[in-house]
Amino acid sequence: MSDRPMIEIRNVTRSYGSFKALDDAKLSIREGEFFSLLGPSGCGKTTLLRMIAGFDNPTSGSIFIDGQPMAGIAANRRPTNMVFQSYAIFPHLNVGENVSYGLKRLKLDAGEEKRRVEEALEQVSLTGLGKRGATELSGGQRQRVALARALVMRPKVLLLDEPLSALDKKLREQMQVELRRLQQAVGITFILVTHDQYEALAMSDRIAVMFGGRIAQVDKPQEIYQRPATRQVADFLGGMNFVKADVVAVNGETITLETLGFGRITTAKPAGFSGNGASTTLGIRPERLRVMWDDEKAKHEIAGKVIERHYFGEITQLVVNVDGLEKPLSVTETNDFGADDIPVGAPIRLGYDPDALVAMAD
Amino acid sequence: MTEAVEAAVPTRTARGHRKSLLQSEQSRGLALISPTFAYALVLLVAPILVVVAHSFWTQDYLTIDRTFTLENYRIALTEPIYRDLLMRSLVISLLVSFFTVILAYPIAFYISFHGGRYKGIWLFLITVPFWTSYLLRVMSWKVILGYNGVLNSGLMGLGVIDEPSTAFLYNTTAVVITLTHAWAAFAVLPIFVSLEKIDRTLIEAAIDLGDGPVRRFLRVVLPLSLPGVIAALLIVMIPTVGDYVTPKLVGGKDGVMIANAIQAQFGKASNWPLGAALSVTTMAVVTAMAGGIVLLLRWSRRLMR
Repeated sequence: MSDRPMIEIRNVTRSYGSFKALDDAKLSIREGEFFSLLGPSGCGKTTLLRMIAGFDNPTSGSIFIDGQPMAGIAANRRPTNMVFQSYAIFPHLNVGENVSYGLKRLKLDAGEEKRRVEEALEQVSLTGLGKRGATELSGGQRQRVALARALVMRPKVLLLDEPLSALDKKLREQMQVELRRLQQAVGITFILVTHDQYEALAMSDRIAVMFGGRIAQVDKPQEIYQRPATRQVADFLGGMNFVKADVVAVNGETITLETLGFGRITTAKPAGFSGNGASTTLGIRPERLRVMWDDEKAKHEIAGKVIERHYFGEITQLVVNVDGLEKPLSVTETNDFGADDIPVGAPIRLGYDPDALVAMAD
Repeated sequence: MTEAVEAAVPTRTARGHRKSLLQSEQSRGLALISPTFAYALVLLVAPILVVVAHSFWTQDYLTIDRTFTLENYRIALTEPIYRDLLMRSLVISLLVSFFTVILAYPIAFYISFHGGRYKGIWLFLITVPFWTSYLLRVMSWKVILGYNGVLNSGLMGLGVIDEPSTAFLYNTTAVVITLTHAWAAFAVLPIFVSLEKIDRTLIEAAIDLGDGPVRRFLRVVLPLSLPGVIAALLIVMIPTVGDYVTPKLVGGKDGVMIANAIQAQFGKASNWPLGAALSVTTMAVVTAMAGGIVLLLRWSRRLMR
């Protein structure tokens, strides 16, 4: 992966009448990067992907692929290939013919074409299935054919429109690993559209989280998960305890907050923090709160009472009421220490690392 | 005790069997289709059997000699006049179905891909000419193609020709034009339906893989709409082989088709067995040709890949 930008989205807006499907999006995606566009349905992620592919055009703004402006360049002339959500396997062609579909236009000699088709089928573990009819494939196989059909074109950018959403959970997890491995093997820039935060976290080099046509945050998976810029991002990427905090001081890149329960905290200033307003939100992930057993001691602790317990197999979720907090805290604990045996109503102490507390813009 | 039980078993199963026969899925299904089945039997199968039977008999002035003979088929297949008429009918029907599909495909394509929310209105408009009788539509072609017709006066007005041409009416071309117009809407519908069924993302996939408008039409849209094209060809071809009104009205002596000969045998010539033999021969040939077209298009689809 190099630092050279492969795709540049410059102030792209897409309006349908007065509705803005995408609002002033700015984004730079690097060469060889596995990039995810993550957000709920209707957030504009698919619109952006389709504009990169050339199926849709920006109302304003411009898109550059590998330094070339894409305005006026039709979808069939762009150096991108797409894996469609429905896979769009040509039903009248067999697997091999589907994969070689785009190559036919390149007029390669027969041997070269055959070699490339076989290479692509091998990359997606479908070796020897070239003669299989398109209608005789399972969901997972169709997905692989769609992938091979796009990869065989050796695009500069591979676009994936929710490619795993039609697969069952087990197959989906297996494909996440395979897709990531494949991307690293071929070194092509992948852009994945998904509404599944685990998928994005597991596969991506970087993620752009989108809401209502706007890009809320672009960062590495760990940063997005641990240091969400806004409450909305934090909420979308899994459970988060939100605590109201009063702003005590702002010092350049840091901010000092006063909360009931967690006391006085100095932490990184959130990107979207406007500076005016006396209060903001402090958050901590449920797994970053640890149950303190008997005589265990932690430097930072908060005490409360268990009011609910939910068992999820490998983990148990506890809901803990803490005096002074408007909402009870949610805590998840792995079940190796007996968290599933803690009775409802028991007093409890929770340990935490102040670094796990993150200030967010509302 | 044991004997009594054993004796009771068969009776119970027998009763159970009778009950299940009346209520079984199969018998209920048969009961449901029986009215339509009887209808098909009386109105479709029976007449065909009558015709087939007649084709093996001989007309003896006013009575029919019911001894089995193949003489009618010998005449039907070897007399040049019938062979020529049959050939001409097949050629005309093939031409008509070909031109109909050529004309109907763009219409169906436009409605399906660019009709937007007015698809229903477009389809409705296509049926408008069918509000008038078939005979009237054939007659109006006489007005257009005739000696003092619209076409001749138009061409004379433009100075293309000096005097009215007789080349337009009373020949094979007139029959083909009239039949093509008459059947166009019947070809639009099956093609439209098969175009509607094509998943639009398949077309996007073809674009994505580098195909321009012509290539993606030839490689994706056309092969996938082929079932509709076959249906349209057959829907038009099969009835036009047997058409006798159009050739009678606009065909003149060059436009006579096999159905006119069949009609003559059942009418003026009063030779029902020969008419029946001609009908059966025509049916057999049309069936063979329809089958041939289906096979040909299947094969050509394989070539298109």
